[in-house]
Amino acid sequence: MTERIKQVVMPKWGLSMKEGKITNWLVSEGATVNVGDELVEVETEKIASAVEATDAGVVRRILGEVDTIYPVKTLMAIIADASVPESEIDAFLSSYVPPAVDADEETAVDAYATVTVPAGEIRYAKYGSGDKTLIFIHGFGGDCDNWLFNTSALADQFTVYALDLPGHGRSIKAFRDASLSGLADVVLSFMDELHIDTANLIGHSMGGAIAMKTAIAVPKRIKSVTAFGSAGLGAEINMEYINGFISSDSRREVKPFLEELFFDPGLVSRQMIDDILKYKRLDNVPDSLRQLADTIFKGGKQTENLVEAFKATGIPMTAIHGADDKIIPERHTKALKSFAKIEIFANTGHMAQMEKSKEANALIAAQAK
Amino acid sequence: MARNLSMKDAINEALDLEMRRDPNVIIMGEDIAGGAGGQGEEDAWGGVLGVTKGLIGKYGKTRVMDTPLSESAYIGAAIGAAACGLRPVAELMFLDFMGVCFDQIFNQAAKFKYMFGGKAQTPVVIRGMVGGGFRAAAQHSQMLTPLFTHIPGLKVVCPSNAYDAKGLLIQSIRDNDPVIFCEHKNLYAHAVDVPLEAYAIPFGEAAIPREGKSATVVAYGLMVHRALEAAETLAKEKIDIEVIDLRTLSPIDMDTVIESVEKTGRLVAVDEANPRCSIAADVIASVTEHAFKALKAAPRAITAPHTPVPFTPVLEDLYIPSAAQIADAVRKQMK
Repeated sequence: MTERIKQVVMPKWGLSMKEGKITNWLVSEGATVNVGDELVEVETEKIASAVEATDAGVVRRILGEVDTIYPVKTLMAIIADASVPESEIDAFLSSYVPPAVDADEETAVDAYATVTVPAGEIRYAKYGSGDKTLIFIHGFGGDCDNWLFNTSALADQFTVYALDLPGHGRSIKAFRDASLSGLADVVLSFMDELHIDTANLIGHSMGGAIAMKTAIAVPKRIKSVTAFGSAGLGAEINMEYINGFISSDSRREVKPFLEELFFDPGLVSRQMIDDILKYKRLDNVPDSLRQLADTIFKGGKQTENLVEAFKATGIPMTAIHGADDKIIPERHTKALKSFAKIEIFANTGHMAQMEKSKEANALIAAQAK
Repeated sequence: MARNLSMKDAINEALDLEMRRDPNVIIMGEDIAGGAGGQGEEDAWGGVLGVTKGLIGKYGKTRVMDTPLSESAYIGAAIGAAACGLRPVAELMFLDFMGVCFDQIFNQAAKFKYMFGGKAQTPVVIRGMVGGGFRAAAQHSQMLTPLFTHIPGLKVVCPSNAYDAKGLLIQSIRDNDPVIFCEHKNLYAHAVDVPLEAYAIPFGEAAIPREGKSATVVAYGLMVHRALEAAETLAKEKIDIEVIDLRTLSPIDMDTVIESVEKTGRLVAVDEANPRCSIAADVIASVTEHAFKALKAAPRAITAPHTPVPFTPVLEDLYIPSAAQIADAVRKQMK
């Protein structure tokens, strides 16, 4: 009976998500939907996004109410073929048992953890247990939660790691070596420490450059690189953003800079701003970010161009860029077309992996398979 | 890394981190080490509720000073030490006892910078317990924040949670002006995620623990939790309130309050203090003056009554503003 009745549940985006608020239904009861259609907008403490249909059919019941907060896995709607009788859906709902909160199962496979490498203590998130490994590397000022729409979504196919670089997130707030090589060493020692022999690296912005630098250092251990709005491909970098991000110390100051990251500035929630301020107010963070910026963006230009050295490794690469990226120009990515698979996302800013997560995840999976 | 930490432990950690960072930071107060006179009694208490426990072992008697039971003497000494270059954090156990040191605080510490033409500064923190619900009777339960807020030259802080308590106390210690740091005794056990590292939260920045569109509820200290409780109740009735936690009362972030009222059109100001000349009255006056046209209903103040804090538990519970009172005030505005 239940195979014919498909459930739409509150998703879990990232390890810290426990509940989400329905802000808007994009379909009504009776609507016919296809796989990938956006059904409902959900807001979490971190960000707002749409839940997509994973099954085709007719929206038979809408159970989740707008402006209401529901725990992860809560049944929000029922999708079924038009041929399924109403009585069958009623019977399903009357015997429906909400899933128990299974904390044990979650901590067993998916969890935040720390590992000590020569550069210091590194925090990371681990999801899934597939044969192939993905390692996600965030950009300047980011952390592993920048990948919250990607990591959990890919966990059913891969073993997924997302780390906080030194100076970021909940890792050590100091650098042994704030250059791209120093940070590539961190990724490498992270792999060594966790006995990850080979991996597919996924990097965002500065993280893209770190992924390429790691691949150049140990080409045999890196199976592929997927980079979003990558640094390390040209000289230009929006220093107004970098300097503003470092120096701003209030919600009013930081908000316009965060808005520059997205095509839709409405994605910058108050919680996102508060989280950034919590991070930036830690004693050593502004100095660490300054040190990093002064090293990799010395004199207001990106100091290293990795294109030729990376090309020489022959490692397959997918490079993605938002057409409306205000931080790094899209032409940097376009220039890789002689050897990499290039995707330019329309109506997308610097956070392409968040703004177009479905497309991003498909490209990551295709590259790593 | 971060972990769940109680407000009491977060305050201890803030003191510890600042004492480690800056040798000029000293702490003093009654029984803050515990039993200074007796053998084997050292660190037996760490303050009456254990907030300073463990610090004497790390920093010794020259930086963790048990004082005689004379608030007027040691608060004066702390202020003098601050004027001479140290950064003392003096614990006044119950801030209700401040009466005997009004001259030192109101007339000296708060005035030095002004009277000496900016040539003197007084980086002293006076911290202590405030608020009711602890069955500690009328002389140990008051919310005297309006009294301190009234005095120019003093900064007044009243955190609602452990994260804010740590960051605001660190800011208080680094600040060059006298700060009255008000710790609600019934929040000491309340725990939230707190980073291990030191961080400072700037003064004059309210937090918005809950966003909403129907009405703005302004609170601080314990009242933030009552407001959030009211928000849960009201959400079931499709009333969606925004809760603002002032965090610091002097300076006060009226911009955030006014911005919110311009969105919601309704204001309920909650204050555990007595009603006359309260923070609630001050907030309502400012909003009425600066955002009158945004108001869709008369602003309301929910405060304690104009009486001493009762000792009888039944009466004390009725005395402290409740979530039900807050929810009811919002409902009336929605009509």
